[in-house]
Amino acid sequence: MGSLLRMNRLLSSIVESCNCIIDPQLPADDLLMKYQYISDFFIALAYFSIPVELIYFVKKSAVFPYRWVLVQFGAFIVLCGATHLINLWTFNMHTRNVAIVMTTAKALTALVSCVTALMLVHIIPDLLSVKTRELFLKKKAAQLDREMGIIRTQEETGRHVRMLTHEIRSTLDRHTILKTTLVELGRTLALEECALWMPTRAGIELQLSYTLRHQNPVGLTVPIQLPVINQVFGTNHVVKISPNSPVAKLRPAGKYMPGEVVAVRVPLLHLSNFQINDWPELSTKRYALMVLMLPSDSARQWHVHELELVEVVADQVAVALSHAAILEESMRARDLLMEQNVALDLARREAEMAVRARNDFLAVMNHEMRTPMHAIIALSSLLQETDLTPEQRLMVETILKSSNLLATLINDVLDLSRLEDGSLQLDIGTFNLHALFREVLSLIKPIASVKKLFVTLSLSSDLPEYVIGDEKRLMQILLNVVGNAVKFSKEGSVSISAFVAKSDSLRDPRAPEFFAVPSENHFYLRVQIKDSGIGITPQDIPNLFSKFTQSQALATTNSGGTGLGLAICKRFVNLMEGHIWIESEGLGKGSTAIFIIKLGIPGRANESKLPFVTKLPANHMQMSFQGLKVLVMDENGVSRMVTKGLLTHLGCDVTTVGSRDECLRVVTHEHKVVFMDVSMQGINCYEVAVVIHERFGKRHGRPLIVALTGNTDRVTKENCMRVGMDGVILKPVSVDKMRSVLSELLEHGVVLES
Amino acid sequence: MEVGQLQRSFVEYMASLFREGFLDAQFSQLQQLQDDSNPDFVVEVVSLFFEDSERLLNDLTMALDQPNVDFKQVDAHVHQLKGSSSSVGAQRVKNCCVPFRNCCEEQNIETCLRCLQQIKQEYLLVKNKLQTLFELEQQIVAAGGAIPMVQ
Repeated sequence: MGSLLRMNRLLSSIVESCNCIIDPQLPADDLLMKYQYISDFFIALAYFSIPVELIYFVKKSAVFPYRWVLVQFGAFIVLCGATHLINLWTFNMHTRNVAIVMTTAKALTALVSCVTALMLVHIIPDLLSVKTRELFLKKKAAQLDREMGIIRTQEETGRHVRMLTHEIRSTLDRHTILKTTLVELGRTLALEECALWMPTRAGIELQLSYTLRHQNPVGLTVPIQLPVINQVFGTNHVVKISPNSPVAKLRPAGKYMPGEVVAVRVPLLHLSNFQINDWPELSTKRYALMVLMLPSDSARQWHVHELELVEVVADQVAVALSHAAILEESMRARDLLMEQNVALDLARREAEMAVRARNDFLAVMNHEMRTPMHAIIALSSLLQETDLTPEQRLMVETILKSSNLLATLINDVLDLSRLEDGSLQLDIGTFNLHALFREVLSLIKPIASVKKLFVTLSLSSDLPEYVIGDEKRLMQILLNVVGNAVKFSKEGSVSISAFVAKSDSLRDPRAPEFFAVPSENHFYLRVQIKDSGIGITPQDIPNLFSKFTQSQALATTNSGGTGLGLAICKRFVNLMEGHIWIESEGLGKGSTAIFIIKLGIPGRANESKLPFVTKLPANHMQMSFQGLKVLVMDENGVSRMVTKGLLTHLGCDVTTVGSRDECLRVVTHEHKVVFMDVSMQGINCYEVAVVIHERFGKRHGRPLIVALTGNTDRVTKENCMRVGMDGVILKPVSVDKMRSVLSELLEHGVVLES
Repeated sequence: MEVGQLQRSFVEYMASLFREGFLDAQFSQLQQLQDDSNPDFVVEVVSLFFEDSERLLNDLTMALDQPNVDFKQVDAHVHQLKGSSSSVGAQRVKNCCVPFRNCCEEQNIETCLRCLQQIKQEYLLVKNKLQTLFELEQQIVAAGGAIPMVQ
């Protein structure tokens, strides 16, 4: 304001002092000048401040790329401002210097502005494109945001599915699975209603089985052939259905628009759909229907990811259900198996009991039946030797014959049952094979000659004379087979031939499972008995060796056999590791019985296994029993006396003691054997053995210790062996047994009885 | 009675004893042990058996009469009796001992008493039989005959 006033005064003073020939100006021009002056001043101010502001803000920002342009622009503006400022002095008369300054300023301004203009031509497109890029980036950011949203939702969905699946699969109970599915789906998707329709047994209707909100489903049914249902069943995707369809009418009608409803099929996989290596086929035909309803008063719509979730869940439910079904099935199978196991066990025990009962029965009957039989036979034969009338004699003979037959039958039956039990063991011994055959021949010759049959025997030259086997049973087999041959031949001849079987004749094409393996110590004896009798039909041949069977032709001739003979023969032959069979060309053409059995050859390595005792050593031993000092320890007086009598009878010098203390007091190294009864209660007797061992060791010759016991169970034997006893004998001991025990003891130093 | 008849009745009697199960093979063994150096072996052993058994049976009766029956003791006695009877071949007596021992294991007084009864019966029977047998023997010897061996 002050300057203005000054300027005003200056102007007025200039005008007053100048008195020039300038046109007298009107006082209004003075005002105009004044305003111009002011405006120029402000323009200059503005021009100077703009660059300052620009510089300040650009300095503040870090990223402005065009500083040089800014400088130019600043210069341009400053100069413009300067121009306008200098203009202030040029309103009136001014010196030449001012004019020069003005001109310089203007010239500079012109230069800078032109340069700036040129620069801007380059810059402005760039600046504009920056803007475009910015817009582009914004759009991209928005898109990424959207995608992020989608991914997040998907992840949520995935998590929900996993959780749902986990829930569903954490139980193997069908009901729980289905209920859990509905509950979890309802929760995850915030459904209003969720329901499951299961097909009925007949498969004609769908029954409402589970719902989310209603606790007890009403039991609505809906026919399965509705178009909407077919539509849903036709695809494995979720299908939007109308809220008015019968399957969706689950809620009481409300004021609001019902929410959207979708439905999906849940395949009910049956066990039979699972083949071992295949996946279940999808043509299962049994589906359940799951209906899901959004809340009715919201504007929600089904989103794609929600539908996907529902599909996945439906699949999982199917799998979970099938697992539950499989589990049920396997539990049932296991229960069944357990039941069967129990039943089988019971049956086995019953069978064992039955076998035992039978054996007991047989054992008892054995004795009970044989005793009277023997009485009858013995007494009848005695009776035969007395004076009888012819009728009486006939009667007695009949009695004798019948009772012999009965005795044979009893023996056969008992033998067979023992054979079948496997309790029969062969009595192996060395015997004369040739003599055996000759004896059979001589036994059969009388009967054969009565029937006018020729019997021939041929023994091959390489047949050993002495063999090892069961003599009695081989005789039984031969007698049986030869007897049959004679029995069933009315005329002609019976020929018996025996030879050593070579490998080719060992195999019978009819018995391919029979493998004969000859070795150095054994050979296979082959015996053929050929007869010219009535022969056997091919149908009967397989039944020959079964028990109690006789072919038709035989039965009519009242052969009087038991039917067991051949069965027993077969068992014996099998025990001898052999094979027996009969060949026949038919009725009336005779038959040939052939059997092969394994026999041992004496004089080889198995000599030492011979239990057959020669007479010589026994006598030798008998003499050395004389004066043999033995000690008998037995608590039972009677038993003690008997054992003493036994040993005294054999010639020993016997000392008896009644307790273990007495035994330990009395025993000396002179006693060669100590017989100890261990059936006493308690295990004290075993200690005696230990003490004797300790006391005598090997120095003076320890007395041999033998245990006498009433039972030979494994425990007793083990105990005896453990304390170092030299033998275990089962009471009651017969004289012969004691004799052989003593000889074995003195010869080998040990005796073991099985 | 003449010797032959006596001998025959002896044989029959002996056979019946075996047949009816009073005696078993062990008794035959005892007979085999009798020889010139030991002429009365069988009688001696059997007498000892009688003494022993009577004592044992008394002990058993007393033991089972107690208010608190000591089954172990009872079992021990029965064990002895079993041993003795099997040593002389008194088969029936021996066979009664086995169920008796089972009853002891079960600790059932009723069944034990029943078993005891049975054993006593069997014992008296076999004692009777054996005494008859010995009398027959004496008669034969008195009549001048030899005692026949029964296989």
